[in-house]
This record gives sequence, C-alpha cells and structure tokens, in this order.
Amino acid sequence: MAVVRSRIKTLKIDGQDVGAHEDETILEVARENGIMIPTLCQLDGLSLVGACRLCLVEVVGWRNLVPACTTYVEEGMEVITNSERLQKYRRMIIELLFAEGNHVCAVCVSNGNCELQWKAQKLGMDHVRFTNQNPDRRVDMTHEHFVVDANRCILCTRCVRVCDEIEGAHTWDIFGRGENSTIISDFNLPWGESPTCSSCGKCVNVCPTGALVEKGKAAGEMIKRTEFLAYLTKMREVKK
Amino acid sequence: MTQQIVIDPVTRIEGHSKITIQLDDTGNVADARFHVTQYRGFEKICVGRPFYEMPALMGRICGICTISHMLASAQACEEVMSVRVMGTARRLREVVNYASLIQSHALSFFHLSSPDFLLGMDSDPAKRSIFGLMESNPEIARDGVRLRRFGQRIIELMAGKRIHPTWIVVGGVSERLSPETREEILGMIPEAYEILQRTLGWFKRTLEDYREEIRIFADFPSLFMGLVDEHDEKHEIYRGRIRIADVNGKVVAEFHRNRYQEFIGEAVEPWTYLKFPYYLPEGYPDGIYRVGPLARLNILDRLGTPMADQELVEFKDLNRLSSFHYHLARLIECLHAVERIEQYMADPAILGNRVRAVANANVDSGIGVTEAPRGTLIHHYTVDEQGLITGANLVVSTTHNNLAMNRGVLQTARRYVDGNKLTEGMLNRVEAVIRSFDPCLSCSTHAYDRLSLDVELRGPEGELLDEVLR
Repeated sequence: MAVVRSRIKTLKIDGQDVGAHEDETILEVARENGIMIPTLCQLDGLSLVGACRLCLVEVVGWRNLVPACTTYVEEGMEVITNSERLQKYRRMIIELLFAEGNHVCAVCVSNGNCELQWKAQKLGMDHVRFTNQNPDRRVDMTHEHFVVDANRCILCTRCVRVCDEIEGAHTWDIFGRGENSTIISDFNLPWGESPTCSSCGKCVNVCPTGALVEKGKAAGEMIKRTEFLAYLTKMREVKK
Repeated sequence: MTQQIVIDPVTRIEGHSKITIQLDDTGNVADARFHVTQYRGFEKICVGRPFYEMPALMGRICGICTISHMLASAQACEEVMSVRVMGTARRLREVVNYASLIQSHALSFFHLSSPDFLLGMDSDPAKRSIFGLMESNPEIARDGVRLRRFGQRIIELMAGKRIHPTWIVVGGVSERLSPETREEILGMIPEAYEILQRTLGWFKRTLEDYREEIRIFADFPSLFMGLVDEHDEKHEIYRGRIRIADVNGKVVAEFHRNRYQEFIGEAVEPWTYLKFPYYLPEGYPDGIYRVGPLARLNILDRLGTPMADQELVEFKDLNRLSSFHYHLARLIECLHAVERIEQYMADPAILGNRVRAVANANVDSGIGVTEAPRGTLIHHYTVDEQGLITGANLVVSTTHNNLAMNRGVLQTARRYVDGNKLTEGMLNRVEAVIRSFDPCLSCSTHAYDRLSLDVELRGPEGELLDEVLR
C-alpha cells in the first residue's frame, strides 16, 4: 500500500522550532514536542469540536485567539501557548463553568476524580468571581444503571460524540440554546425509556465530571475509565 | 424602669446564639430567653438529589457530629431501600459512632466547659479557656486533647479522615477494616481508660464545690428521651427503640422510630430559628423533655458494660434532674464507649468482608434515628419513584433540648443576675447552663451566620438597655 505523505510545515511553538505534517493540529504538534496545553472537551479517539475553549492559544499576527485542538498548522506560524493573557482567560473559562452549573465538589460523587476539578486546581482557580447562577436543572435516575445530572454538565459533548462515533447509537444530543442548552437522550425521553441506548456505559466513562455517573455511588466514589477508547480505536484501525 | 441584658454571642459552644434577660422595675429578672440566630436550610437543599447522596450531603451539616448525621441519614436511606445493615458493617458503624461520641464529649467537657470548673465561674474571662487551662492545669488540658484525639484518630483510621469522611455509605461502609487498623485501635485503648478514670476522679470530687450550681442549672422535673437497645434493656446509640421516661425513670412511652410524629410535636417561636419540640400527649410547652447524655442515663438502669455500670450506680444517687450532671453523664458515656470499642474490636468478626449492601429505592419514605453525642437525631426523607428526594425533615438533638435550655436560662438568670449590679461572673453562669447541654446550633438549625452567643438587657417596654457582645 502506497503511503501518501502529507507536506511538512515548519513553525514555532513557545519559541521552539518544530516540524509538523500539514494535517496536524497545533495541539497534536505541541504534545509531540512535550508542550502541554490544557484541554477539557478534547479526547483522543473522538472527533474535535473546540467547545470548551480551554486550549486557546495566541498566534503572532492573528487578531483572535484560536483553539489549539481544531486549528491546523501553517508554515511559519508562531504560536504562544502559555502567556499571562491565556492563563487569565483559561482561569476565567473554568470559573464561568463553575458559576453556570451547580458544582459542589465536597458532596459530589466525582470528588477527587473529576477533570473539571483537576483543571481548576491546575489553573489556580481559588474562588469563583462570577455570581453563581444556581440553575434548576434535571436529575434523571430512570436508567437501570446510570444517572444523568445536568447540574454538573459542562456541555463538552464527549458523550454525544462517543455514543455517535464509537457506539453508533447516537442516543445523546444537545437540546436548547445558550444557558438553556442541555444534553438529552433521543427525543428528550427519560434515559430509562430510550429505545436506542445500549447501556454500554461509554458516555459515563468519557464524561469529565459527575454529570453522567453510575447509580449508587457515594461521594468521591465515581472513577471514570477512558482507556477503552484508545483501545477500541486502535483495534478498528488494525481491522481496516 | 425595666431593662434588658443581652449576652451576644454565647461563648464556648458550637454555633451562634444569644441570651436576652428581661428585668422588671426593681431590676430583678422577669424573663430570659435563649435565641439561636442562624439559619441554613438543608431540608431544602437536598430536594431533587438522589437518595444515596444523602449521607455525604447531610454530614456537611456539622463538622463535629458528621458521623451522627451520616448514620441517621444512611439508616433513613436504607429504609427507603428496605435494607437493614447487619453483621460486620453494623459493628464498624457502631465503633465509629462511639469514637465520634468520645471526641465530641471530650471537646464539650475539656475544651469548652472544664475552664469553668477548674478556673472558676468568676475567673478572668480572658484566661477562662482551654489555653488558660494549659497554663494552670496542663495535665488536665493534655488529657482533654488526648481523649479527643483518641476518638478522632479512630475516625481517621477507619473512615479515612477526621472531618467529613465519606466512608459511611448507604448500605453499609465503603471499605472493610484492615487488621493493622484494628491493632492500632486496640493499642490506644489503655490510655483512654487511664484518662477517663483520672478525670472521673477529680471531677466527682469537684462536684462538692458546685452544689449550688447543681441546684440551679436547669434543675427541674422533665421527661427524658433516648434510644434503648432493640432487644435488651441497655444503652444504645446506633439504632433502637425510642423511649420517653419520667423523672423517676418510669417509662412513659416507647415506640418505633416510624411513629415519632405521633409522640413529638414541633412548635415555632418568632424570636429564634430553633424550633421547640415537645411530647405531644402533654402539649406545648408542658411536654418539655431533655435528650443527650443525662437523658440516656436517666431512662435506663444499665449501660451494659462493667466499668460504666459501676459508675452508673453512683450516678443514680445524684440529683439527676439537674442539667449540671450532663457533664458527669458525658464522662460515664465515654467510659462506656471505650469499653464497647474494645469489646467490638476484640471480636474477629469485625474484620469481615461483607460490609456493603446494594439496592435501589423500594419504598417512598424512610426514617433513621441515632443518638448523636448531644441527643436523639431523626432524619426523615421521602423520595419519588426514581429515588430522588422530594422532602426531608430533620429533628436534631439540640432542638429537643430547646424548651429545657430556655427554662434553664431563666432559672439561672433569676438566681444569679441582679440587674442593679451586673458582673461578668453572673452572665458566665447563664452561659454555663447552656454549655452543660453542649448545644450544637449549626446542626440544630441545619444554619449559618456569625459565631457564637450574646446577652441583652431589656426594659419592660422591650427597650434595649445594655448588652454584652463578644
């Protein structure tokens, strides 16, 4: 089988000269070169949406900040991944996520095992400067094994993507607009009544917070396992 | 002209409150009230949450008696599941509950109240604290810190951390006991016995000096309420029948927890956030009853362990209507708790693996009752078909004592407070009567606000004449 190599581009990330294939994103190239950019909605093995904006980077000469996960490399680009301005925005993004939902770490089943909490700690969030919205959101316990708690959902859409792209069921999707957006199963049916859900649990394991969890877990007991995703992706490539 | 004295905040208690003392035209005490000034609303916060999240959520009501709230909550949830925790899991929970009792009683006795006994009710308030005690009686202060540590260390070893552990879960506990932990706990027991024997010794000798306070500190007939073992006539703090007994220890009522609303009513007064529970058949406010260590010893003739039972015999000869004896009752309960911990830890069954039951919500309501360090604690939840909480009613230990605390404050103020010549020592005695009940106000109002207790002095028209703010 002939391998079609894409063109090589050269660019700078944080002052470091790097080479990359033209079909690579800034995030991928940065990671290959040991430069860590924080992410939340991105998960290896799933398509990219650039929803959380945590991986925003500066490109010299560009007016706007761009998400590293969905921006492809260009020749001669100069990327800055960790300026004071970026740190400020990233912390603000996390604070806005906390203010928008009902995130109470101390009594949450995902306490200590939550990607949102880890990011908040890592990005130095010591308090939330925005007014908590305390929205009245739905908790659905109709499923036999799992619970969806919209209070803790950050709309990263990992569940929507894994269900569609990996499981092939497309049970989950987003409903509503703006702050009223929420994940729904099928045509907004209770999860337990979903005709498409195969109860595989993939959505629960890729969910970065306590929004999709196993039933009956006590505070701090919910531990997510995402390793399956890399394994499944690999095995499918081998079959091809 | 009449006046009002305000003690605000009341010090060396857990939570925020104030005392107002109403004087008549001649400067004598006409009335006195104990006000709880905080409000929290846990009964509302929990609505809409999955029932099995309740123990961790409700545990947050209090950092001192977290274990009590978690156990009452877990038991209520287990009623919802129709599951009964038995065997190893129950024993493990009981051990942690006894450890919690010890740490809370040690805090109340040594850190909060013993400065009054050892330094004197009239001593310099700047020194009248655990720090003053460290200077004047370092061994006793050390005993207090060590005894509290004994309880806290057991909680830390078994439940993972001292404050707000999450090890107590619906259906049992999240992890079994390790043999190493068991050994460490057994190794700590001799020191706990030594401290308690030493403390009982000096405290019983001190009682003689407090004859008058004993006669005044909420010394009146009332009913007493507490749990008793389900099968046997002995002391029980984890789960049991609710018993109400009169001043002579005669059982007035004994009932299953599910019937608590048939026997306990709750009245509300506009001047405090704390409700007034009363024994329904006697009406409000005649149905006054007390809960906590004194009540638990007054409703029974035996505790069920040898050393504590010996102390109980002596205790029964005292004037057991005085709330001053809450202090001694606390020490006796601590001794009993150490004996129980030793007994349960010595049993190899404590290392069992079967510690957690799993089930969904199977009925639509559940009531859990335990004895918190300061008295009977009731958690009552209702759930919908999915198992989401639709309502919660908590009747918390300190709340049961509200009528008695108010009456005690009035009795003490009448005896000691002279409106024409206020002294700090007078007011300290009014606070000390509250301390004897060891109220936990953040629990009782399920609440939040400033720290501690204040005293107000008001005239007959209600005008504020003087107040002591801390």
